[in-house]
Amino acid sequence: MALRPEQAKALIAKVLDTRAQEMTCDECVADLAAFVEVQLTGKPLSAALPAVHAHLEQCHDCADEYHILRQALTALAEEEG
Amino acid sequence: MRAPRENASWIRDLRAGGPVQAEAITDLRGLLLRGLAKSFQARGATDQAFVEDVVQQALVHILDHLDQFQGRSRFTTWAMAIAVRLAMSALRRKRWQDVSLESLTTPIEGAPAWDSDDTTSPAQHAEQHALVETLNRLVDEALTEKQWLALTAELGGMPLEEIARRMGSNVNAVYKLLHDARQRLKHGLATAGYTAEDVRSAFP
Repeated sequence: MALRPEQAKALIAKVLDTRAQEMTCDECVADLAAFVEVQLTGKPLSAALPAVHAHLEQCHDCADEYHILRQALTALAEEEG
Repeated sequence: MRAPRENASWIRDLRAGGPVQAEAITDLRGLLLRGLAKSFQARGATDQAFVEDVVQQALVHILDHLDQFQGRSRFTTWAMAIAVRLAMSALRRKRWQDVSLESLTTPIEGAPAWDSDDTTSPAQHAEQHALVETLNRLVDEALTEKQWLALTAELGGMPLEEIARRMGSNVNAVYKLLHDARQRLKHGLATAGYTAEDVRSAFP
């Protein structure tokens, strides 16, 4: 079995970013709301939130949800003026 | 116009019953509808009927799980995260319903052609080729069949939720399976003598 070149390239990037401990999707979702608020307000990251960032680097599902959530909150904030 | 509710007020009002609860539900519904509509509109992804359906499902879920709100964010952010998750889950199912796991995970027989771009030097091309050969060997030797399936499906763009559905599993288990696979490959590359710097230099 062999990976296609584009698969191999994408996999190498993911392997390099792999950490010994990574949170699961459910753990990420539990912290995602707080993470987005931190991102939007520029508050310093708490000790737990870098793990969310690391998970988002590896998980397309959670990263998609993060971007949509961030867009929704930004739109509401603009609406409030 | 009333002042925005604090977290405790949301919880209290949504549990109140009667007109107080009805008003809180109406407010939350409006907020979720506006937020989701704008974020999905920006992506050109979906229509108002879909958003309204998702928000209705989200409200039911939120009311059933108020005790799970831990106050680590604003209540409305937590609620919006739930609505986003339900929306994305429905969109993923629709987008991937006709794609089989096999169509993404069929391996190439033999060595695939490795084309570097025009800016790659011959030395770098050789480094890339050797690294990809090592990676393919490690994939063969170190990964289980399940890991190979999940990994290639993920690399093919299939969401973890859809991989899990097809494997009769759940997203957390699939994530752990993939994490273990990546760890095995990382360890294998290190054992084969590749440092992170070597890999980054081959694929800057």
